[in-house]
Amino acid sequence: MSVLVDKNTKVICQGFTGKQGTFHSEQAIAYGTRMVGGVTPGKGGSEHLGLPVFDTVRDAVRQTQADASVIYVPAAFCKDSILEAVDAGVPLIVCITEGVPTLDMLEVKMVVDRSGSRLIGPNCPGIITPGACKIGIMPGDIHLPGKVGIVSRSGTLTYEAVAQTTAIGAGQSTCIGIGGDPIPGTSFIDALRLFKDDPQTECIVMVGEIGGSAEEEAAEYIASEIKKPVVGFIAGATAPAGKRMGHAGAIIAGGKGTAEDKFRAMEKAGVHIARSPADLGVMVKKALRM
Amino acid sequence: MNLHEYQAKQLFADYGIAAPRGEVADSPKAAKAAAGRVPGSRWVVKAQVHAGGRGKAGGVKLVDSPDAVAAAAEAMLGTRLVTYQTTAEGQPVNSVLVEEVSQIARELYLGAVVDRASQRVVFMASTEGGVEIEKVAAETPEKILTTAVDPIVGLQPYQCRQIAFGLGLSGDQIKQFTTLMTGLSRMFVECDLALLEVNPLVVTGDGRLVCLDGKINIDDNALYRLPRLAAMRDASQEDEKENRAREHDISYVALDGNIGCMVNGAGLAMATMDIIKLHGGNPANFLDVGGTATAARVTEAFKIILADQNVKGVLVNIFGGIVRCDLIADGIIAAVKDVGVKVPVVVRLAGNNAELGSRKLTDSGLNIIPADGLTDAAQKVVKAVESVA
Repeated sequence: MSVLVDKNTKVICQGFTGKQGTFHSEQAIAYGTRMVGGVTPGKGGSEHLGLPVFDTVRDAVRQTQADASVIYVPAAFCKDSILEAVDAGVPLIVCITEGVPTLDMLEVKMVVDRSGSRLIGPNCPGIITPGACKIGIMPGDIHLPGKVGIVSRSGTLTYEAVAQTTAIGAGQSTCIGIGGDPIPGTSFIDALRLFKDDPQTECIVMVGEIGGSAEEEAAEYIASEIKKPVVGFIAGATAPAGKRMGHAGAIIAGGKGTAEDKFRAMEKAGVHIARSPADLGVMVKKALRM
Repeated sequence: MNLHEYQAKQLFADYGIAAPRGEVADSPKAAKAAAGRVPGSRWVVKAQVHAGGRGKAGGVKLVDSPDAVAAAAEAMLGTRLVTYQTTAEGQPVNSVLVEEVSQIARELYLGAVVDRASQRVVFMASTEGGVEIEKVAAETPEKILTTAVDPIVGLQPYQCRQIAFGLGLSGDQIKQFTTLMTGLSRMFVECDLALLEVNPLVVTGDGRLVCLDGKINIDDNALYRLPRLAAMRDASQEDEKENRAREHDISYVALDGNIGCMVNGAGLAMATMDIIKLHGGNPANFLDVGGTATAARVTEAFKIILADQNVKGVLVNIFGGIVRCDLIADGIIAAVKDVGVKVPVVVRLAGNNAELGSRKLTDSGLNIIPADGLTDAAQKVVKAVESVA
């Protein structure tokens, strides 16, 4: 078991023939992901990377029975692409692109919430079940099939958590990068709920950031619902208020959303806190009594 | 991206939202001429900077002759205004707004933001206008009225009425308020705003509602579809280094420490700052070179970091995902030679081809200290900076 994706997950790519879509689809295929085709309007009927190209997501889903779609189109077209995937009934939509306008996401999120689809991202590294299915831009070779579920708002900091859990031999069940934007398709709580019900996941690593209150809400959920050990880190303890730290979501506004607030909320919820980003592996080891 | 008050009020006018009549001027002469066209015999001269708290800092003057308008403009233009919201250097005053004087009976607050928790645009209003709203929210939260806008149907008149009655407005003011708030809501969506504040929203002596001030922040990610608003950017109000970095797709924020940081990824960049602090050091900046850290970008990042005179050492922390660390190492070596880096540089490479990259750094013969892991990197750079100081 794992969450959301496994070796049977059939994946299509929107923006398939573009530079990003091509490169990362090649990487995904090399990793063993079951890529079954892609969508580029106007190029339907052709072949790319040995896979069929379709004009519309509907066509692609009808022909391939895809379970998931990964989106690499430019930010200006993400709203349209996500909604097209929702309309085609794709169960899992992963949007990697960064820079999607927040108000686009407000509307998209409303439609996604009413549909049967799940959206991960935007502005995220994607999702991976090690050894089975890689959807996104993360380096496959740092992962190890195992028992830690990882959920994170950041990209490279997720890799840090992955590398540390690989180094101690615990490995990962599934890693979900939910992205650094203010309105993410999948929240910490959504991901925690999935890991809670997954028997392969014995421990959860949650990597948060300053800004917003998603970590505080997640901490409340952990306190009431999660019996598995959770290890947590929050990036941005040294960030000053009012300055946006790269991610659109990472800003301390009106004194709210500080790292200290979030650490405190997690501590109260019984989360094993890593004060240093280098201690995630050590804390997992401790939490799992390895 | 922030707008000036006068730009915000131009937008208000586009949406039929009442604001005092006024004109922007960039010289004392132009300010005096503006006073000739703005009705009344008294005027307010307001320094145009991207910061609040101008009144207490001397950036707002009430005057009663066109010559006094010119004098007030003269005193402000070309100076830097320091308020509680600016750095110690303050913000340059390159223009002033010359406005008619409003008779104020009541000062209210009206604002809107994208609320992440409810995933809606949320309007906030309060009878406590003219003061810091954060303070009101913290001390007397019951004085903040809120209403959330459904993205599909938009703001409805009943929501405006709820707020209006809550603010103690009555009679024709209810209608005025509904028109004003509906206009602001339409503007919020059409202009991709991230934040909107009217503080104060005043009720004049004769019962009219007027936006006395306007603060607008636009979602940077949406500027591509807002060419008219994008052209309103005033780079003089922004940090020069942050702007230069942005041109190269690097996100940079200056801090007050002495250890320069170059990292790929925003989360890892923040975490790197945090671990430096944990080991007794002080980060000089936040810098994310982005997912595809090319040699050219690494060079540019070094230039930006070293432009800060306080930097006594640099920590490079790259987690090579798709990018190969040996290529990053080449970039670092080229940059250190090209830029002429004099301070110690600690480099931690992880991921794709990290060992080959580290070997290249060691063999380069340059003042580059390879580190093994995050903790080692932080300890080494803190030590290196201490030995320099």
